[in-house]
Amino acid sequence: MRTPLRPLARVLDARERGENPDLIEAEERAIRNVKTQMKMRRRAESRLLVLGVFFFAAFLTVGTRMASLSASEPTEPVSTASIPQIANQRADIVDRNGEVLATNLATTALYAQPPLMVDPQTAAAGLVKIFPDLDLKRLQEDFSGKRKFLWIKKKISPEQQQQVHDLGEPGLLFGPREMRLYPNGRLAAHILGGASFGKEGVNAAEVIGVAGVERYFDETLRDPAREGAPLALSIDLTAQSAMRQVLSGGMKLMHAKGAAAILMDIHTGEILSMASLPDFDPNDRPRVLTKGDQSDSPLFNRASQGVYELGSTFKIFAAGLSLEKGQVNEDTMIDTRGPLRWGKFKIRDFHDYGKELSVTDIIVQSSNIGSARLAMATGTKAQQELLGKLGFLDVVPVELPETRSVHPLLPPNWSELSTMTISYGHGIAATPLHLAAAYAAVGNGGFKVKPTLLRQETIPPQREQVLSRDTSTKLVKMLRAVVTRGTASFGEVKGYEVAGKTGSADKPKPGGGYYDKKVIATFASIFPASDPKYVLIVTLDEPSIKAHGEMRRTAGWTAVPVAAELVARLMPILGLRPNVASAGNVQYMASGN
Amino acid sequence: MKTFLYMICCGVVISVAYWAYKENYRTQASLRRVAELQQQIAHERETISVLNAEWAYLNRPNRLRDLVDLNFGELGLVPLLPEHFAEVELVAYPQVEIDVNELVNPVSTSSAPTAGPDKEFP
Repeated sequence: MRTPLRPLARVLDARERGENPDLIEAEERAIRNVKTQMKMRRRAESRLLVLGVFFFAAFLTVGTRMASLSASEPTEPVSTASIPQIANQRADIVDRNGEVLATNLATTALYAQPPLMVDPQTAAAGLVKIFPDLDLKRLQEDFSGKRKFLWIKKKISPEQQQQVHDLGEPGLLFGPREMRLYPNGRLAAHILGGASFGKEGVNAAEVIGVAGVERYFDETLRDPAREGAPLALSIDLTAQSAMRQVLSGGMKLMHAKGAAAILMDIHTGEILSMASLPDFDPNDRPRVLTKGDQSDSPLFNRASQGVYELGSTFKIFAAGLSLEKGQVNEDTMIDTRGPLRWGKFKIRDFHDYGKELSVTDIIVQSSNIGSARLAMATGTKAQQELLGKLGFLDVVPVELPETRSVHPLLPPNWSELSTMTISYGHGIAATPLHLAAAYAAVGNGGFKVKPTLLRQETIPPQREQVLSRDTSTKLVKMLRAVVTRGTASFGEVKGYEVAGKTGSADKPKPGGGYYDKKVIATFASIFPASDPKYVLIVTLDEPSIKAHGEMRRTAGWTAVPVAAELVARLMPILGLRPNVASAGNVQYMASGN
Repeated sequence: MKTFLYMICCGVVISVAYWAYKENYRTQASLRRVAELQQQIAHERETISVLNAEWAYLNRPNRLRDLVDLNFGELGLVPLLPEHFAEVELVAYPQVEIDVNELVNPVSTSSAPTAGPDKEFP
């Protein structure tokens, strides 16, 4: 109830008593002020309380959130996370046309945690039933012993996985794995090499290349920045398959213990197919031999690792050097009376070729004496220089790690005698791949080529000129004559104008000296002679075939027919049309070396 | 007037809160769906790579060669050889069917152009 500031009753009383009625008003006012103050205070207090509660709640919320944030693991927003499965994959390897040579396959690894096992003995027995190669006793020991963890199988098939599942043992567990698969089996095995597991974990394992391009390009293949883009090799899968088939047939027919062949693009140096027999399955790579000769292992790549004396195939370099120096032309007559003596050493020919032969005929008939005389005239230094430029003094710079450590065997002291023997391919040993690169330079107008296993789009713009174009043309003509009327007459393939040189070198004995009846037969060829496109090298290890009542071991009888069959089979596959105009009558003649 | 404003504000706050709540759940559902799809994509990719490997394995040259040998009777396929190349000129033109009337009356007297052999040899 509101009281007036000057209540009439009190004012009248005060007036009667003669007091000042203003005092009453002041008193009333004071009371009223106090009341108002009290009211204001209460209101302010309640507001403060509300605010306090509000702030408390706010800070509590913030605090709780902060606490929960600091206590929990940080996670990225899901929507921005990409698909991680691809990035981890090793890139595929494909051939020049995109056919798969190596790819990945998801598989499973089997491991055991014995502490989790319910019935270890039954589990071990069940596993041995599924995987007969496991040792029951060993498994039982492992399962009942102190081991907490062990790998049982690194790769198992889905069927096997189901069988293990069916055992119902909680201590047998599976880990996802990615394995390398080579769908073509033995094809191009030496080029691809193989892969195995590196660091292994339960949830993943690293796949690493152990040999071949798998090892050479290991980093590249695993690089996530590639985003799974396949590595394109220069190999043509169809050609490789045909080469392996023909070569293995030829090897059996010629009773050879090994064989190797290389087909190379003469301009780019791309290796279109390269086979070495015997070979292996990279899906199940055999172990490295611990004893004996490594060259007997199927892992050994005869084409790029085998260092052989390549015999008469070297004569063309002696002729090339003489032509290049202008000392002779292709018709200059050279004295070939034998034997040629140098100290105690005598150089003989396979047959006696009479008093003299033209330079072309030295190549055609394969005269050791003639090429030795050519080499003597040009000298040691020039020979070293040319062979160096052709790549015979270094390792072949091809993308195979095994090949990078294979040095050609050179004479320790390059004397005049060495110069003479090297001119016909003795006293120097190199790989067939060296020879392929050198013949490419002979045939392509004299440009040095770098053998490569990667697909090239164009001819490299800057190439070193090793021989002049003129010399190259003349040499190809000589090589063509070897096939039309010389030692390689079995090498004629109608329409492909094969030009080439045979070489049969006796195999060296490990203790020194040479075997009498063991040879390395090589045929190095270039075709088509009118416009060279390919180089083909065929090497047979210890071939022999009975023909015309005689045991034949020379390249003309062994390596050349195989090479001819290879040309006839591979060229249509690579789309090279036979030149109809050149396919005239062919005259076959049999002769040695 | 003031009370009315308050009520409107309250209404707005409630509806916005409801919207945010709904959006939150919709976002979470979408994220779950994305994760599901990504898993599915990964699975499909794995399937594709397995199928690719299988395709390459089934098309390996050795197997194809064996199949060709097995089915030689039906297919009669032989390896590609140089003799299989031919010149375009050696390919015979298709036989043109000649109208008997045209032989009888080689020069057409009608004004309408007749389909003669010229049409086949442009």
